[in-house]
Order: sequence, then C-alpha cells, then structure tokens
Amino acid sequence: MNKVIRGKVHKFGRDIDTDVIIPARYLTTFDPLELGRHCFADLDESFATRVSEGDIIVAGENFGCGSSREHAPIAIKGAGISAVVAESFARIFLRNSINIGLTVVEAPGITNFVEDGDEIEIDLENGKIRNLTRDREMNFQPLPSFLKQIIDAGGLIEFAKERLKTR
Amino acid sequence: MGKTISEKIFEKHLIEGNPVAGEFVLARVDLVLMNDITAPPAIEAFYKIGVESVFDRSKIALVPDHFTPNKDIESAMQVKMMRDFAKEQGIEHFFELGRGGVEHALLPEKGLTLPGMLIVGADSHTCTYGAVNAFATGVGSTDAAYAMALGELWFKVPETIRVNLKGRINPWITGKDIILYLIGKIGVDGARYKALEFGGELIKDLSLDSRFTIANMAIEAGAKAGIFEPDSILEEWARSFEPEPNLVYPDSDATYSEIIEIDVTEIDLQVAFPHLPSNTRNVSEINEKIFIDQVFIGSCTNGRIEDLRIAASILKGKKVAPNVRLIIIPATQEIYRQALKEGLIDIFIEAGAAVGTPTCGPCLGGHHGILAKGERALSTSNRNFVGRMGHKESEVYLSGPSVAAASAITGYIASPSEVL
Repeated sequence: MNKVIRGKVHKFGRDIDTDVIIPARYLTTFDPLELGRHCFADLDESFATRVSEGDIIVAGENFGCGSSREHAPIAIKGAGISAVVAESFARIFLRNSINIGLTVVEAPGITNFVEDGDEIEIDLENGKIRNLTRDREMNFQPLPSFLKQIIDAGGLIEFAKERLKTR
Repeated sequence: MGKTISEKIFEKHLIEGNPVAGEFVLARVDLVLMNDITAPPAIEAFYKIGVESVFDRSKIALVPDHFTPNKDIESAMQVKMMRDFAKEQGIEHFFELGRGGVEHALLPEKGLTLPGMLIVGADSHTCTYGAVNAFATGVGSTDAAYAMALGELWFKVPETIRVNLKGRINPWITGKDIILYLIGKIGVDGARYKALEFGGELIKDLSLDSRFTIANMAIEAGAKAGIFEPDSILEEWARSFEPEPNLVYPDSDATYSEIIEIDVTEIDLQVAFPHLPSNTRNVSEINEKIFIDQVFIGSCTNGRIEDLRIAASILKGKKVAPNVRLIIIPATQEIYRQALKEGLIDIFIEAGAAVGTPTCGPCLGGHHGILAKGERALSTSNRNFVGRMGHKESEVYLSGPSVAAASAITGYIASPSEVL
C-alpha cells in the first residue's frame, strides 16, 4: 500500500449509494475496467472520462450505503481512483474496499476542508491530509490495527493465505 | 455486565478476540450465502485463496435469483459459473430455477436459518434472518470467499440499539410500516455499524412474515443486523426444523447504545418518497394525487404469503387502473403454490395484474419490469435510490402491500380505505 497518496479531488454529497456508484444493469461482469467505465453513470455520465489515474473521491456521510455489491469499490478502483475519503462509510462498503485493496479514509470534517478539483495529499501512516491547493492540513484517525493486518497483507485473499498457514 | 443478543451469539462462535461491543473478533460461521451477482466474484476469489474445497458443503447456500430466469447471455454465464462450482464442490444447497426463489424468503422456508446462528451472506439484505433470532449480516464477495474457504470471518462486534415495540397495530399496518417509520425517525445511517435489537410487548402480535420485513430493512438504517428477541411464535416455528432451538435472549442488564420506544398505535400507513427509504410520510397526510405508472408487489421485503393475502383482499373483484401496470411476484415456489391453492393468483389475474415467476427482478432494475424515463413506480421492495428500478429519471416510492394494492386500483398513491 502507498503510504502517501496524492491526487485531484472529485467531490460528492452524502448517502452516496452503491446503486449510483454502479447501477445493477452493469452487474453482469466483474471486470474492473469495464465496471470503471460505468462508474457513477446515473449521477454524472462524464465521471469515468474526467477521472485521471490516481484521482481521489471526497464525500459526505454514509458513503457506499445500500447493496453489498463489491462491484462498487471495484468500479471506483477500475475508474482509476486511488482513494476515497469520506465523513463516514457504510459498513459493507468499508469492508469490501479494505478486502480488495481500495484505500478508504474516514475523516470527519473533510467536506469543509476540500473543494471539487483541489489537489490533496493523504499521509496514511501519520493520519494527515494536506490540501495543496489551499495550503492547509487536517488530521484523521488511522484505521484500527486489526484492519491494518488485512491491508498490510495485501487484502483479504492474501490474509486468508497467511491465516491458513497458522491454523 | 449483561450481554445483548449479538454479543451472546459472537461469544458462542468465538475463535479469537473479546466478544464485546467495539472489539474485533474472528468467529465461526454457520452459513454462507451468495447469489448470482455476488457468487461469481466470490468463486474467483475462492480459487485465489487456493484451498481444495469449501469448509463444509452443507453450510453454503447458492441462490440464483437476481437475474433469473437468466435475462441475457452474461447473466446466464454467471449462473452457469455458480452451478458448475456447486457441482464441483458438492454444495448441498444450490437452488436451481424452479426449485427456489428469492434468497431471503427461501432460506428460512428451508430451515437453513435458525435461532442462534451466525450467518453471513454476500447480499446486504442477509440481515433478514434476524427475524428468527440469528445474527445475520451482509458482506461482500471476497468476504464470502474467505468464509467459504475457512468457515470463519472477522467482525467488529457491534453496539446495539434496542427497539421496544408496544401498543396495538392499526388496520392494514404491517411490518413494512413499522420499519419505514423507524427509518424515517433515525435516518438511513441512524444505526450505522450497529445492531438493532427488537423486543417489547408487541412482538407477540407480530407475524413472522412481518418480522422478516422489519429485519430485512435494518440495513436501510445502516444497521449490521436487525435481530428479534425470541418468543413462542418463533419457538414453534423453529421446532418444525430442530427439536431443541437455540433461542438467544438478551440479559436484562445488557448494555445498549440507545433505547428507542415505539408505540405502534401511533403508526399510520407509510410511504417513502424518492430517493431515500428515510424520506417517509403518512399516507393520510399526502394531499396531492401522486399518479403512478407501475406497482410492484414482491421482493425479499414483501413477497411472502401474508403480503399476497393482503394484496388479494384488496384487489378481489376490483380492476387495476387503466394507466397502471401491476406486477406481482411471489418470492418463492412454495409461496407461489400456496397462493395458487388459496385462489390469490386468480384474483390477481382477474384484476389485471401480471404475475411473475419468483425472482428479484424489478426490485433492482434487473429485468421483469424496468422503468422508462420519467416513469413513477410504487414498490413494496426496499430501496428507492436514483435509478434503482430503471432509468435515472424514473422515481420509486416504497410502501407495504396494502397501500400498493390500493394504489394499483386508484392509479395514484392511496390508502386501502379509498377503495374498500
């Protein structure tokens, strides 16, 4: 996992559900690039074409609510997004992201800290977000150490392989 | 220190960790569920983990229900992948088309979800099984793969919000109105990361079908689980599957993050307006006529026999409004057959409804009734997000079966009293 992530912000509101992240009509595949092309299709048709590799999503409360479709974080990753920073996450989306290796950062206060199009830098190790456009910095609580084990292993599949050796 | 139902179930399934709210644990699972959307990525992840076989072929359920009968070649390929995997691994509970139905109505019917179990499913509405006193929660496909391979999973033991239901249920009110009322009160993230624990004096008057509806939509408040305290109705139901049900009661001094008291006497018929399930209103307080193009009665929320009986009691001898399409889908083959026996299907067809074979179909805008641009639907399902049932400029309103049936007759959102 990259310890420092830098990218341009695409800003969303609160209660962004997994149906708008990737509508059900695209769930006949789980190919990341194909899903990425339809990411946010019903909310913002131009999203997939506007994203540059490494961009960052910033959103309000309860990001990823609704359906458990893992296709949602896969689509976001497939679109080229490097991390999602939100005021808070819906729990299944948070699990899925950690499991597949999409960086997620819960940072209360983030929506007042950045605007759409800002350039930000996330320091995962030290729990800091720097807004490079507006030259300011905020802190966040890094993920609990239990979840770091999964992330450091490289996702849940790798964690499973390690776990099988120790059982 | 007393324990909640959730803490007790985690304690019984514990492998590692401390089973109290807020702590991370590894726990044994009793059942792993997947459907035709979530199983294919799970199967791929399972092979990557590299084990030869699943942890227990009697504890995995594979239910093709979302895009079945297969709507196109891609969905047929997904179900084929499930079917082949089930065969290869000797999975005992693969439910072929015609022998199954919508997962969350089907598995309880088959006695696969029982009190005291710890269940994970790659579907957010897995929380439905809380109705039968199981701790059941939705996960993703990689989680399901891990659980299939190892028979365990990591969890954060949730804090619990206790919901005490009391009072008397008004006519036509069902579990749907109670849960929509609660979601309207606490919001779509009101129980985020938490378990909802339902109890109180009213429980004894709530049918199991209504409890399934309530537990089903716990996720719509962001909850990890929606779990009911056991009672004699549940015990009797569970005894039809096992001689000694493992009923789990909370301690009287259990620690709750919040206690919500609901007097259902005050609950009117509910409708959730677009585009969030929390956007609820009393039907009696809707002043304008909200005309609709389509009504859907079905889904894992409201496709059970009680729902169909209610709909039939309203539709009997009446006709669906000329400008409305009414789609009714019994959630399982068993429910379909029961409805046939009781003459309900006859009433539906006589009224001008389309009756479909069990599938999730229109609920998630999959097939079997997709909305066109600018169309408006009233649905007994669980979500009314943007584009959920079709075009991004279509609208979904949510209600229970009585309002749905009455509205199909009037052509606008209406209470049953307007047509009876």
